Amino acid sequence: MNLADHLPILPVVLPLLVGVLLITLRNAPPALQRGASVTATLALLPLALALVQATGDGTHLVYKLGNWEAPYGIVLVADRLAAWMLVTTALLALFALLYALNGADTRGRHFHVLFQLQLFGLNGAFLTGDLFNLFVFFEILLLASYGLLLHGGGRQRVKAGLHYVVINLVGSTLFLFAVGTLYGVTGTLNMADLGVKLAATPPENLALVQSAALLLFGVFALKAALLPLHLWLPAAYAHTSAPVAALFAIMTKVGAYSILRVYSLIAGEAAGPLAGLLDAWLVPVALATLALGMAGALASTSLRQQAAYLMVASIGTLMVAFGLGSTEALAAGLYYLPHTTFAIAALFLLADSIAHGRGEWADRFESGPAMPRTHLVGGLFFAVAIAVAGMPPLAGFLGKVMLLQAAIASPWMLWVWATVLATGLAGVIALARSGSLLFYRTHGAHGVILTPPSNAALAPTLALLALVVGLVVAAGPLSGHAAAIAAQLKAPQHYMDAVLGGTR
Amino acid sequence: MEALIALVIGVLTAGGVFLALRGQTFPVVLGLTLLSYAVNLFLFVMGRLAIGVPPVISETASGYTDPLPQALVLTAIVISFGMTAFVIVLALKARAELGNDHVDGLEREEDRGA
Amino acid sequence: MTLLFTVLIPFAGAALVALASHFGRAYSAWAAGVVIFASMVLLAPLASLPFAGEMLIQQQDWIPALGLNLAFRLDGLSLLFAGLILGIGLLIVLYARYYLSERDSMGRFYAYLMLFMGSMLGIVLSENLIQLLIFWELTSLSSFLLISYWQHRREARHGARMALAVTGLGGFAMLGGFLLLGHIVGSYELSDVFASADLIRAHPLYVPTLGLILLGAFTKSAQFPFHFWLPHAMAAPTPVSAYLHSATMVKAGVFLLARLYPALSGTPEWFWLVSGAGLATLLLGAYTALFKHDLKGLLAYSTISHLGLITLLFGLSTPLAAVAGVFHIINHATFKASLFMAAGIIDHEAGTRDMRRLNGLWKYMPHTATLAMVAAAAMAGVPLLNGFLSKEMFFAEAVHIAEGHGNWLLPALVTLAGAFTVAYSIRFIHDVFFNGEPVDLPKTPHEPPRWMTVPVEILVVLCLIVGIAPAFTVGPLLAVAAAGTLQAPLPEYQLALWHGFNTPLMMSLVALALGTAIYLVRRPLITWHEAGIGRADARVVYNALVNGLISAALRVTRAFDTGSLQRQVFLFVGAALALGGAPWLAGETPFTGSRAGLPPDAVSLTVAATLILATIATVIWHRRRFTALVTIGVVGLVVSLAFIKFSAPDLALTQLSVEVVTIVLLLLALYFLPQHGEAEQSRARVRRDAVIALVAGLGTAALAWAVLTRPYDTIAGYFLENSKPRGGGTNVVNVILVDFRGYDTLGEITVLALAGLGIVALLQNLKLAAPLRDATGRLWNADAHPVIMATLTRILLPLALLVAVFILLRGHNQPGGGFIAGLVTAVALTVQYLANGAAWTNARMRAPFSHPSSLPQPGEGANVMPTPTASPPSPQPSPRTGEGANVMPTPIYDSHPLIAWGLGIATFTGLASWAFGHPFLTSTFGYLDWPIVGKFELASAMAFDLGVFLVVVGATVMILTGLGGLHRTEPVRPETR
Repeated sequence: MNLADHLPILPVVLPLLVGVLLITLRNAPPALQRGASVTATLALLPLALALVQATGDGTHLVYKLGNWEAPYGIVLVADRLAAWMLVTTALLALFALLYALNGADTRGRHFHVLFQLQLFGLNGAFLTGDLFNLFVFFEILLLASYGLLLHGGGRQRVKAGLHYVVINLVGSTLFLFAVGTLYGVTGTLNMADLGVKLAATPPENLALVQSAALLLFGVFALKAALLPLHLWLPAAYAHTSAPVAALFAIMTKVGAYSILRVYSLIAGEAAGPLAGLLDAWLVPVALATLALGMAGALASTSLRQQAAYLMVASIGTLMVAFGLGSTEALAAGLYYLPHTTFAIAALFLLADSIAHGRGEWADRFESGPAMPRTHLVGGLFFAVAIAVAGMPPLAGFLGKVMLLQAAIASPWMLWVWATVLATGLAGVIALARSGSLLFYRTHGAHGVILTPPSNAALAPTLALLALVVGLVVAAGPLSGHAAAIAAQLKAPQHYMDAVLGGTR
Repeated sequence: MEALIALVIGVLTAGGVFLALRGQTFPVVLGLTLLSYAVNLFLFVMGRLAIGVPPVISETASGYTDPLPQALVLTAIVISFGMTAFVIVLALKARAELGNDHVDGLEREEDRGA
Repeated sequence: MTLLFTVLIPFAGAALVALASHFGRAYSAWAAGVVIFASMVLLAPLASLPFAGEMLIQQQDWIPALGLNLAFRLDGLSLLFAGLILGIGLLIVLYARYYLSERDSMGRFYAYLMLFMGSMLGIVLSENLIQLLIFWELTSLSSFLLISYWQHRREARHGARMALAVTGLGGFAMLGGFLLLGHIVGSYELSDVFASADLIRAHPLYVPTLGLILLGAFTKSAQFPFHFWLPHAMAAPTPVSAYLHSATMVKAGVFLLARLYPALSGTPEWFWLVSGAGLATLLLGAYTALFKHDLKGLLAYSTISHLGLITLLFGLSTPLAAVAGVFHIINHATFKASLFMAAGIIDHEAGTRDMRRLNGLWKYMPHTATLAMVAAAAMAGVPLLNGFLSKEMFFAEAVHIAEGHGNWLLPALVTLAGAFTVAYSIRFIHDVFFNGEPVDLPKTPHEPPRWMTVPVEILVVLCLIVGIAPAFTVGPLLAVAAAGTLQAPLPEYQLALWHGFNTPLMMSLVALALGTAIYLVRRPLITWHEAGIGRADARVVYNALVNGLISAALRVTRAFDTGSLQRQVFLFVGAALALGGAPWLAGETPFTGSRAGLPPDAVSLTVAATLILATIATVIWHRRRFTALVTIGVVGLVVSLAFIKFSAPDLALTQLSVEVVTIVLLLLALYFLPQHGEAEQSRARVRRDAVIALVAGLGTAALAWAVLTRPYDTIAGYFLENSKPRGGGTNVVNVILVDFRGYDTLGEITVLALAGLGIVALLQNLKLAAPLRDATGRLWNADAHPVIMATLTRILLPLALLVAVFILLRGHNQPGGGFIAGLVTAVALTVQYLANGAAWTNARMRAPFSHPSSLPQPGEGANVMPTPTASPPSPQPSPRTGEGANVMPTPIYDSHPLIAWGLGIATFTGLASWAFGHPFLTSTFGYLDWPIVGKFELASAMAFDLGVFLVVVGATVMILTGLGGLHRTEPVRPETR
């Protein structure tokens, strides 16, 4: 094998190695640590793009770890979906990290180590083809996220962190119960193999495997912050540091990804008795999440809190698309995914700049002095708000249009349309209110010295916005690719053949 | 025997859940520990129960039990150890930051309808 | 793509204009002018096409998946509107140049204006409906910026938000409508939509489609009951009002009616909805306008009523009515723009817009007055002016319909509306320019700067010449525009001043007379109005709605998100039970399977009983924390016994060593936590938790039972077969860990490493106060290192390490391996800290990497080992065993390098296989003969295992020492409880 054959493992090993390197560099000058961290994160992008390239024609790159055949050994499987997630992660991580260099990374120890290992966990989760290994990488990205979330400390942050950690520990326990049951019945852990075995489930085992599969859904729903398991998110995201919150924009998507990946394999149309297992659950739950998230956004008293709730809402929208499950709907969701990730991240970063710019008024929704560079920051906010609210002409709008189109065919149409359109309006109202409170309703600051947000702080936000715009400009090819991903997900047998080819 | 194990797992889970629902950090940690015992046991017995047939290859061996769940449980044990350690220290941090050992940093439970 | 660029130029221009303002105020005005001119020049050559009866469509693929192409269309209707937008836009730019004061930022104003203009052009030139909608929403957004331009003013902010909310509502509704339309037609291209008009009207989804689209049009065009946002939008600078409310924003709605007229009109639903809303709006607007004291308020309601008039015309769905509608669009744009500008001039020069104070301005500004009068006359529909013509056609159509239905209510009502129009027009003129003397104006009025009136003059002249010679001036344009609207050959009509003495003329005369009469009795009317109807304000309703929405959101959010962890856990457990239980409800699957189980034996029973009792004890005594610690320790031990019992020696060892470390950790932690838990909260809560806990227990037990009683075939056989030959180890579990599933292991040591690092980060500058007394009030034993323990451990250490190495080496073939070895080592080292203190230990562990800065400065590790005794504290502690408070904190061994090495070794072992052309983590092994030891196996997996070992040692030591190293120098933090 030459290096190219090792492509699937590279996005996983690279952050791990750099993480280790950074442990040894822990007392080196910050510039060095930052350099290493940024370089490594930057290097993920070409790797991810190479994977997109390699999987573009529909091939599944299967990488046999330890050279053991599936289903006995663990395999990495890179397909269009995995590559899509990797690119999104790489881009997001880069700008979150650049923002962190404004000082957030030095407010505690091991920021960059944790950051790299977080990426190790994320990329590993997106690439693995083994259910138990997915659990392991969940734990990695969780523990890394605990560290990052608590980075810097502070009352609110620690409390939110405690909640986040405990609820996720309970979640991990459930994960093991589910995986265990599935193994106990099917005797395998490889997702493709699971798909094959479960498709042949005899009636006397049906309820057993169904409840195992649903318990697994519970775990993913918790990660994705679906109602009523979303309560950990607002506090955690609102109180952690901005770059971490921005990076976490992808964390909920891991749950979404897992649902997509696992259930496309074990509950797809061809999955026999388990086919359409989630149909009864996902769409209603997702709609409720969307509605409740938007309610939270309307009720928020600070911009960061609002951003967190908007994140919940966006997950709702995303999961509606995944729940509808048709190729068109999946495509809509997959096109919407990077947009909402970047947009929310940008909002978190901007909220932080605003909080710094407004001094003691921070990002609370109350009349404060006009912040320095108010027109620039205000302009940025206007753009980010349009992106987050899913208004034209940005990709959020296109994604919603695709979603609404896809919903026409489904029995949920009326519900989906009503909720998506109404919450869309609510989002506009909420953000218009926030913007006018933060930027318009200002009073002269008497003797308060406010420090303007630096270009270095605004640049990452701007970059994320540029990405969002890019999603619109290249909407044609990108939505096309999203459709290709969806098509691949709807035909899991190719995945299974690729993974089990040798043994099937 | 199977029934016995099932019962044990059930009891551990029940105890774990109950403690995890308490209001102070320490019982919650205990609860999580119990839960990890429960799930490790559960995962382990997914290889079914077998006595005196450890998965160590030898001529004399009469047979072998399923080694895979054992490997998984070993991994799970170590992971849950790391997690427990982390949450313990976090509990201390929380006490330092919140001034008490309530999970919500509250003085008393009644203050918060949960 | 000329049309595309025509639209894009203003957007690009926005940036240019903003930049230009840096060179001086005038520059951005010039720049704006140039931008508009550029668009005009681009459009001009195409303008002839519609007149030649051609229609231009320019397309370019964008998102085929969405059926969304960049598609533009130039026909009569879009040409007319593009002309209005650009032409009046140019005048507005000139006007605003003089209107805006020094304090206003020209750059921002013109930039916003350009954005808005671009969006409007986009609407009127779109061929694709989704694209049209995109520009539609952009007008909402950019008008938000324009209306809130004077953002320091409250009414500006509110007006802007209201406009955005209302038009936004319409926009989202319209999106739904267009999607349905596209679903019906199978395309979003207008051409296709027109082509399948009959299909649309016949389709079951026609009514919802129509409703949603009309919602969009009505909100935008301020039709009743959505009219209320428009007057509040008057908080914008007058040039903005003049632009938005004459030629653009509000005209977008009627444009849409005209645009989709061929596809949607002609059904009863269309007739009643559209003409109904139009008539209501016409009357309401005309009536209310009379009672507004604010000049702009009067014009705002007049605008509303004229929009109603146009809507009504399209609602009537006769070709002639449509023609009249288009005609009135043109006329209204011209006279209303000029009136707004005039109002602006008056405001500008007199300092107020209140008609109760503005009186007799004629003698101060006769020129402006003249212009205003002509325009107002046009608005009133006085002959010789353009307003008269379209109004006549309108009356004619009303009569026509009436003759059709034999019901004369409509003509009566429109005549009444006409009368009110006359009345408020008279008021606009008479109250402002005559009617006595001004009432303490802020400044003495005078004529405005010369160039400020030029735009008004141009428009007024247009009103005149159109009014006098329609056929020669506006005729052709109207013809093509009407044709573009109908998408069909034009009906017979001729534009002429004189149609003879006919009913419409009578109606006009009645309206003029009645209007004058109404004006004469205006004072009592006003008092009457303000006593009653005047009080009603749609805004109150709107605010109530918005506030209701927000408070509802607040209630819902608070109801869910109480910030309580317990609720989160409860909900999660509940969700899990629901999900896990649901499939069984069907009741088709039996719980118990066919597989025969093992018979229980006495030992197992007793052991199980012990475990159960210990668990229950832990639960019951969880508030007596030391006790709970002991009992949970018992649970852990019994679990490891279970592992032994069921053939899992490795697990037993691991569980055992993990148990030890965990308990030590809990002890250390407990030292800093209250040793007694709080009294339980409400009984109800406890009962609730007990119930769900029991159900959860039942659930897992059932799950376990269901699986255990079922047969399964597993991939395990493969491992047993290949472990020795291909994995080079006889301990299959270990081979799985380091070889078959080495990747898992790599991940899991990363977790352990992360735990260590995370904890270090957590502990940083964490200061905790240790109590001097334990729970029972006894003092902690100050003698930190009991001699016996210290001595013992020192002997034990080497032994323990030896054992560890042994376990590590044999791990591949016998129970053991990296984890267990690592944990044993860690425990041994920890015991050293506990027994001898950090100083003593470090002295013997000459740590090369040790960095004082790299770990929280610990005190004596020993200090945190709780050993309650009854003995009183030694009066002055000996230097070595004293309180951590008075010893120099000693840097303890920094185990970062261990972790780094461990992870590094493990990873590089994996990478090494690349060199041999194998995938990551491929293992290899061989045998070599060592003296004494004899045949000895060397497997790359063992290197991997070494990595595991190092990480486990490193992380565990890091955690334990970190925790053990906590200060106790800080004063006790005041408990909040």
